[in-house]
Amino acid sequence: MADNVTPRIRVPREAAAGEVIEIKTLISHQMESGQRRDGDGNIIPRSIINRFVCEFNGETVIDVTLEPAISTNPYFEFTATVPESGTFTFTWYDDDGSVYTDTKEITVS
Amino acid sequence: MRKVLQRTVAAMALGSIASIAMAQDDGADLVINGEIEITVRAPAPAHMSDTGIDTILSGWVFRSDETRQLEMDDFDNPAFLAVDRGIEAWNTVEGTEGKSCATCHGDVEESMAGVRAVYPRWNEEAGEVRTLAGQINDCRTNQMGADAYAYDKSDMTAMEALISVQSRGMPVNVAIEGPVAETWAQGQELYYTRFGQLELSCANCHEQNYGNYIRADHLSQGQINGFPTYRLKNAGLVQTHNRFRGCIRDTRAETFAVGSPEFVALELYVASRGNGLSVEGPSVRP
Repeated sequence: MADNVTPRIRVPREAAAGEVIEIKTLISHQMESGQRRDGDGNIIPRSIINRFVCEFNGETVIDVTLEPAISTNPYFEFTATVPESGTFTFTWYDDDGSVYTDTKEITVS
Repeated sequence: MRKVLQRTVAAMALGSIASIAMAQDDGADLVINGEIEITVRAPAPAHMSDTGIDTILSGWVFRSDETRQLEMDDFDNPAFLAVDRGIEAWNTVEGTEGKSCATCHGDVEESMAGVRAVYPRWNEEAGEVRTLAGQINDCRTNQMGADAYAYDKSDMTAMEALISVQSRGMPVNVAIEGPVAETWAQGQELYYTRFGQLELSCANCHEQNYGNYIRADHLSQGQINGFPTYRLKNAGLVQTHNRFRGCIRDTRAETFAVGSPEFVALELYVASRGNGLSVEGPSVRP
């Protein structure tokens, strides 16, 4: 079980219809690659976030596969076009089976 | 060997005359979150009059655009994961006295504003110079009845980061006279003492050669206004004394311990060389 896993998300609260908005996400995670050895020469088991998904009102915005070479505290910055008010859902999938979810509302005027 | 080394250092010093003029300072300004203006270059404090440095520069000035940008928005600054942990710790009751930081100090944003700017400082009661980390541990052991944090580990740097954030943009203003004068002088002597097989002092790199490269590393003035610092290569916060230890180790010397009287004195002296720059911690460095 990874310790201290906390997502951070930034989505604008409001936008104009059809506006392209910028979304930033970061999740604290050690992203242990499975390639390293500890002091006794034993392999430290792989423990990473392996998938990240962002949905808007049930529709997929992005769906990312993460590989072991990705650094600690993976950060994503991407854009989305928002046609209407709704909810962004962010989901991170951990190697250990944990799933971290957070949501952000946006109002389109 | 020593002669060769001295000659090399002299050659480096000569070479640096041309490069100091540019010193990679492109005049860019640091504004965090679009609102906190950070002073990254300032006139050198009076006590530095015979160092040859007339403008003091934050380490931020020496970094690449990509690294600089990470510090310009708190969302992009990975140190804020630690600041969030610091807030939790601030409000958590620990120890035999049933207190948290908040029990005595209340709202961190109010009570800690300006604190980071004046540390290390004299503690009258204890009759000693205290670093911020030293003060945090004094609170924990004497006020809260809790265990001291390890001096340079993540619990400590998270708390230091939280406290530093409350002073961001305020000028560093460390006192160097009065009761701290003796410790300050000791720190100054350490700064100019050559250590290790490479016989390098702090000044050889950070006073005589800032702006130049030492192998692949771009030398800054060694300012500590941005500590604790998130180092990308560590993927974590680095404590001031940890940095000191790393530098002395790189001269191939036996180093002092974190929290030792030597490093407390050195921290006071180095902090005073940044008087006039803004508190910038937690900063981001490569």
